[in-house]
Amino acid sequence: MNSVPVDYYVLLSAILFTIGAMGVLIRRNPLIIFMSIELMLNAANLVFVAYASVFKSFSGQIFVFFVIAVAAAEVAVGLALIVQIFKAKKNINIDELNSLKG
Amino acid sequence: MHLSESVSTGFFFLAPWLVFAPITGLLINAIFGKYFSEKVVGTVASLASGAAFVVSVLLAYSVSLNHGEVVRWQFAEWIHVGTLQLDWTFRMDSLSTTMMLVVSGVGTLIHIYAIGYMHEDVRFKHEEGRFTRFFIFLNLFIAAMMILVSGDSYMMLFVGWEGVGLCSFLLIGFWYEFDTLGRSSWANSNAAKKAFITNRVGDFGFLIAGFLMFWYLGSFQFDEVFKAAPAIAESAPWVIVAITLFMLVGVAGKSAQIPLYIWLPDAMAGPTPVSALIHAATMVTAGVYLVTRSAAIYTLVPQAQYIVAMVGAGTALFAATIAVGQYDIKKVLAYSTISQLGFMVAAVGMGAYVAGMFHLITHAFFKALLFLSAGSVILGLERGHHAHAHHAAHDDHGKGKKKEEKNHGHEEEHGEVFDPGDMRNMGGLRKTMPVTFWLYMIGTLALAGIFPFAGFWSKDEILLDASLHFPSVYWQLTIAAFFTAFYMGRQIWMVFFGEARSDAAKHAEESPKVMTVPLMVLAVLSVVGGALNLPFEGFHNLGHWLGHTIGEVEGLPLNLQVAGISTALALLAILISWFLYGRNPLKAGQIDPLKKPLGFVFTGMENKWFVDEGYFAVIINPFKKISAFLADVIDWRFWHDFVHDTVILGTYNWLSEIALNKYADQKGIDAFANWLGTATQSVSATLRKLQNGFVRSYALSVLLGVVLILGYLIFK
Repeated sequence: MNSVPVDYYVLLSAILFTIGAMGVLIRRNPLIIFMSIELMLNAANLVFVAYASVFKSFSGQIFVFFVIAVAAAEVAVGLALIVQIFKAKKNINIDELNSLKG
Repeated sequence: MHLSESVSTGFFFLAPWLVFAPITGLLINAIFGKYFSEKVVGTVASLASGAAFVVSVLLAYSVSLNHGEVVRWQFAEWIHVGTLQLDWTFRMDSLSTTMMLVVSGVGTLIHIYAIGYMHEDVRFKHEEGRFTRFFIFLNLFIAAMMILVSGDSYMMLFVGWEGVGLCSFLLIGFWYEFDTLGRSSWANSNAAKKAFITNRVGDFGFLIAGFLMFWYLGSFQFDEVFKAAPAIAESAPWVIVAITLFMLVGVAGKSAQIPLYIWLPDAMAGPTPVSALIHAATMVTAGVYLVTRSAAIYTLVPQAQYIVAMVGAGTALFAATIAVGQYDIKKVLAYSTISQLGFMVAAVGMGAYVAGMFHLITHAFFKALLFLSAGSVILGLERGHHAHAHHAAHDDHGKGKKKEEKNHGHEEEHGEVFDPGDMRNMGGLRKTMPVTFWLYMIGTLALAGIFPFAGFWSKDEILLDASLHFPSVYWQLTIAAFFTAFYMGRQIWMVFFGEARSDAAKHAEESPKVMTVPLMVLAVLSVVGGALNLPFEGFHNLGHWLGHTIGEVEGLPLNLQVAGISTALALLAILISWFLYGRNPLKAGQIDPLKKPLGFVFTGMENKWFVDEGYFAVIINPFKKISAFLADVIDWRFWHDFVHDTVILGTYNWLSEIALNKYADQKGIDAFANWLGTATQSVSATLRKLQNGFVRSYALSVLLGVVLILGYLIFK
């Protein structure tokens, strides 16, 4: 079990997080952005569980459950928002939603 | 209340009633007077004054029982500060009781007379409500005068001194809204002010004398001052000279001596009983009383005595010459009063205190008589004037009485104002007013010093003393006596003889009994008053009596030469006056027969030697100029225009406009507030560009922020 060093997990997590972050910054489709956010969250989850197994501590794993639960709630709210925005604007291009421009 | 000395036989405990009897009368009239008829008011006032007279008699009797011993009756403590011990103490000795008798006796007679006089006076002036006020003032005067003569210290005397001054002021200005002819004017109130202010100059002298006395002699109490004075007179005689001379200034003010006599003739603006009581018989003699009271000090400094005598003699002569040129019946008597006061002051100045006091008493009798008779004459003319005016109005229109009154008033407003006091309007009154005529004759003979009237004895005693010690005073007084007889003769011929020179004089009516009876009492006193101090062995009663207080003086026997000269001169003067005014009585509108032969001298007499004008030129006009200068230049232009308007207001305006408004406010506070606004605007203009509306750029910012913070945390 301890054949894979923790550094790989962290590296993988960093790669996943970077992909997620770039997805959030670059893509204009809110659905894709949501998926990228999920990617970032799960990148963080990966680090939690990796270190949890290294330090033999449950708190990291418990934290992951919370993150999963919050992510699910977030997705529920976010998708509802997207549906409502689409109803109002017939468009969900994120760059067109700029009515708060200063 | 307790007796400070062991003598107690007699009625000394009554002493406070000297003051409180008139005060009681005053209060009754002041509070209930409006419910009383004139008769009740007059009776209350006369009884109050009469009660003071009764007390005076009892006190004098008690003093005589005690052989003239001084008795003090302490009534109240007044001021006790350090070594200053002032009490309200009544002093009963032969001198003070003599003054009390004169004041309350003559005062009571004048109160009674005034009931009749004021009854008509207030009606001629259409001010009937003022009747009560007159008697309140008269009672107040009696009270103040009693404080003056009964005081045991110079300060208590000064209280009375000021009190009578106040009453004098109030009564001169009694008809304050009129002039002496009843026209509306401030002449009477100006006369009152003149009297008050002139007296103030004299009071200043009195006060300085009082302060010096306290500083160097350590007391105000008479006996203590007299005890301390001789030692000071040895070591520092100038102190006593200064005290006596400053006191003389006070005397000159109150007793109308040169140079402060000018108020007395104007004081005739008061109703005639006032002229008689205050400005002839009693108040003006306060100065004579003061010098007599201070005899112990004056005898220490012959120089001061000499000055007092010269002032008195000068006044006697000077005023007598002015009286010759006067036309107003009361003005003649006023100058005569000044002249007679000069006799008294000269007498007490020479050290002839008994003679001075003797003349004071007889003068009170005959001058009160003369003034009151003059009042009777004036009212008689006034009655004649009104009766005649009514008569004429009746003939012309035959309308109701009220209407006549009105017409009459109009006539007075527009036409020539009738002066009932002008002797040129009189003449022939001996037929229409016989009682007054005989009373006036008695007064005149007494004043002129004709044997055996009271004035003869008292004046002669003064002249005799003067002839022995002060020849210059003697000659001045003798000439003054000559003038006295002359102007009184002139007055008698002008007023009572010849033909009436006006309708009013033709229709003049005799005065009622309430006025003539007191006059008869005074006339009797004017005839027999000389018996008080006859210059024969064993008859110097007043001398012995006063001797208890001011030291025994040798009673001088009658000197036939002095008496002969003065009587001869008086008779000669009356003869000359008959020659000028009696033989060819004055016609209406004719100028005075003295005017031609005397020329400018008579003009001077007529115009009172231009003394009033002189005072105006020397004191009053410069004073007005200085006050105008102070008011206009110093106060208005300098303080108001320059200091207030220019300096203070200007500085304030400059400060608020330039410094505060322009700089502090506009450029400081305003500018800061504006800068805050513009700065916020520009900052936000920059910052709003960040709010570009692209969610992804916000996300990038968040990411960069997280990276930066994490980087900082990792690499710190």
